[in-house]
Amino acid sequence: MEPSSALLIGMGAAAAGFAGAGVGIGYIFGKMIEAVARQPEAEARVGKYVWIGFALVETIALYGIAMALLIGLRVFK
Amino acid sequence: MTRELENPLHHFELHPIVPLELFGMDVSINKAVILMWCVCAGMMGIFYVATQGRRIIPTRIQSTVEMLVEFLRDMVLDTMGEKGLKLLPFLTALFFFILLSNLLGLVPGSYTVTSQVAVTGFFAVTVYLISVVVGLYYHGFHYFSIFSPPGTPRWLVPAMVPIEIISQLARPFTLALRLFINMTVGHMMISVFLGLAMWSMFALFPLVGLSVALYGLEVFIACIQAYIFTILACVYIGEAIRLH
Repeated sequence: MEPSSALLIGMGAAAAGFAGAGVGIGYIFGKMIEAVARQPEAEARVGKYVWIGFALVETIALYGIAMALLIGLRVFK
Repeated sequence: MTRELENPLHHFELHPIVPLELFGMDVSINKAVILMWCVCAGMMGIFYVATQGRRIIPTRIQSTVEMLVEFLRDMVLDTMGEKGLKLLPFLTALFFFILLSNLLGLVPGSYTVTSQVAVTGFFAVTVYLISVVVGLYYHGFHYFSIFSPPGTPRWLVPAMVPIEIISQLARPFTLALRLFINMTVGHMMISVFLGLAMWSMFALFPLVGLSVALYGLEVFIACIQAYIFTILACVYIGEAIRLH
């Protein structure tokens, strides 16, 4: 297999990791909506953690992009 | 027919404007240095304007800065208790520096200081060393009991300690990597999509629209990442103070 085509396959495989981040972000906001629906007074307290959780999950997706770009830019010969 | 996309890392290259050298190390003045000066000047300017006069009924800038400092103070009291208030000036400076440097990097033509892993790595290692020093200061060598969480049975401790050591040592790494990757990849995505828009007239409007949306997301992420860095710093130092 030529290096350039293996490179593209590697980039695609690394970028497929976003799926987990999408599930994670959907899950956390869904749980927030559920929690607020059960007890509206809890919105301020729970809402603080939602943004922390969102940033942490988003970072994992960005690790995926970073790996894809590292592979594509031939950092790993 | 293939076309070359512009290398997305092109924006992050630093070229010396005023070459300086100190004991063989390259300390030339480049865009990152000038941006760091701008961030420091911005911070000093904001706090100077906010504290001028110190009225009882605050002006708008004083009120905004007061809200932010109070927000940080509540965060410190939540995670670290009363003993953490000694570290509030450091954490306020850290938060404002990261926030301003993230936001100033979004101005077209300027450079994001925190997109260099050297800068974020230095902040993360500093925060971690502060947590270790604070833990040793308050608890002496008993600080090392954090490696075996309370309640583990005796026979499990030799297995827990290496795992806990690794998870502790991973903290400065993930702290540095998180901020660096968020800032770098955000700008890279915008440059990749605008590069694609340059090469395909067919999909011009959707791609430019997507880039504008990504730009807005970047502003939001800039603020959130500053907050996340600071709150994780508070949690790590608070864990060293409370030993659990």
